[in-house]
Amino acid sequence: MSASAPVLQLQDIRKTFGGITAIENFSLEVFPGEIVALVGDNGAGKSTLVKIVSGVHPPSSGTIAIEGKPVTMSNATMGRAHGIEVVYQDLALADQQTVYMNMFLGREPLNRFGLLDRRRMIEETEKLVKELDVRIPSAHATIRDLSGGQRQGVAIARATHWASKLILLDEPTAALGVAETARVEAIVQSLKMRNVGVLIISHSLDQVFKLSDRICVLRRGKQIGVRETAKTDKNEIIAMITGLQQ
Amino acid sequence: MSNANISAGGSFASRFNLQQYVVYLGFLAIFLFFAIVLRDSGFLTVRNLSNIVLQTTPVTIMAVGLVFVMSAGEIDLSIGSIVAVAALAAAVTISAYGMTAGIVAGLGAGLLIGVINGILVAYVRLPSFLVTLATLGLFAGVSRSMTDLRSISVTNEAFTGFFGSGSLLGVPSLIWWTVIAVAIGHLVFRETRFGAHVLATGDNARAASVSGISVPRIRLAVLTISGGLAGLAGLLYAGRLQAAKYTLGETDLMTVIAAVIVGGTLLNGGKGSIVGALVGSLMMGMLNNGLILMGLSVSDQMIVRGLIILAAVAVSLREKNR
Repeated sequence: MSASAPVLQLQDIRKTFGGITAIENFSLEVFPGEIVALVGDNGAGKSTLVKIVSGVHPPSSGTIAIEGKPVTMSNATMGRAHGIEVVYQDLALADQQTVYMNMFLGREPLNRFGLLDRRRMIEETEKLVKELDVRIPSAHATIRDLSGGQRQGVAIARATHWASKLILLDEPTAALGVAETARVEAIVQSLKMRNVGVLIISHSLDQVFKLSDRICVLRRGKQIGVRETAKTDKNEIIAMITGLQQ
Repeated sequence: MSNANISAGGSFASRFNLQQYVVYLGFLAIFLFFAIVLRDSGFLTVRNLSNIVLQTTPVTIMAVGLVFVMSAGEIDLSIGSIVAVAALAAAVTISAYGMTAGIVAGLGAGLLIGVINGILVAYVRLPSFLVTLATLGLFAGVSRSMTDLRSISVTNEAFTGFFGSGSLLGVPSLIWWTVIAVAIGHLVFRETRFGAHVLATGDNARAASVSGISVPRIRLAVLTISGGLAGLAGLLYAGRLQAAKYTLGETDLMTVIAAVIVGGTLLNGGKGSIVGALVGSLMMGMLNNGLILMGLSVSDQMIVRGLIILAAVAVSLREKNR
């Protein structure tokens, strides 16, 4: 793990909106094949960080490096261009379109006549869905006919297909039931094998402890600390999140 | 995608999907009804049936444009006014500068109004309902003032042949126009990246946007297409009637919207069908024709047509809002 360069390296990130400081002195590294959890109370600055990493908001100061190379990102397509894919909380799926069209939304492959290459989209969708064990009826299924867990699976599969460096998951199981949460957690776990970095935002500490290699805690825009999951416990993390000693 | 919804699990999909076939069933039902009731009034003659297609051509062309607009989650109410402005612009230009200039003027007028609608919707970010309601009124006024309410005759035979009475390989030119518009429209809508992006924009504009699709550009494009096709419809009216007047297209809006919705295009975007719109448009034309042959008065025709449209739209929307 430490042998290779971090896929994502944030250094001294600071973000202000007008006079308000949303994030300050934030530094974090994510290595390939590693799952890092980002935790913090509501308003701690998690969604601002998501937007910085995806490229929506450029940081006010500090550097973002991808595989050791500093990059500047000024809009949402820049993150994608650098191999970073975000699974948004609302999933950003077009409900009335098929699974395969959603997989390739905005990046549809064309055949030699310049028309949509449906066969390729369907084949690649079916291959990936099988690999990740996302249990959907078919690549032709319409998103609206899928369950919440299946939709989440499609959104993660899409990110997996396109991400070469990092997948950012924003509350991937917030809207799911128990069994579906377990399915999605298994899918997230399997991403480690693909040698991409995973940054996961979650409110569920159980989930964070189950999935992550390291935990990064944010409180009121400040980075409180990073802990190796195996060497900490819930009490310590809760104390860091709330700022209260028990 | 309009008919890619195969066995998607759950109780919904196992149910017969009436909405996708309602336009075909309705078409068949109305056809059979008139074929029986009007069997002695000439409804079933080749001449009458081909007349229905000929008279429906402008509505079909406008419907193709509206499928793009509505699939992208927008609406274009200004098409009726565009028809009149384009027809008058073409008629006036033809008499002075000839056929080619007339075509350029007519299509240009349509495209220009479409671009105005598009810029106001996509970049000034006003709702298309209000923008096109305003341009509907605005250009209805323009078409009236262009010629002081007078009708302009079109005597250029090349033009009236190309857009009206002519034929190629024994097939009337108006049928060619229908076939070409529907074929190209269907291809672009179903098989190109642009068509996919139109559907994605109407389905979930935010998802489209974070996927790298330029949502404003799509909105501008669909309204421009709609304006251009309404301009073409104006040329077809001028060609067939050999004259242009400010009343052209005035009553078409309801028919076009009904044809598109009955044809399986969602009012809120994300789903559409060009072929469905064609069948919907032919259904409206057949209805018109049959009611006239039945000898209904104009007011009775309007009432019956309104009721049938209401029923058809209710069935298609009920299925969609499941």
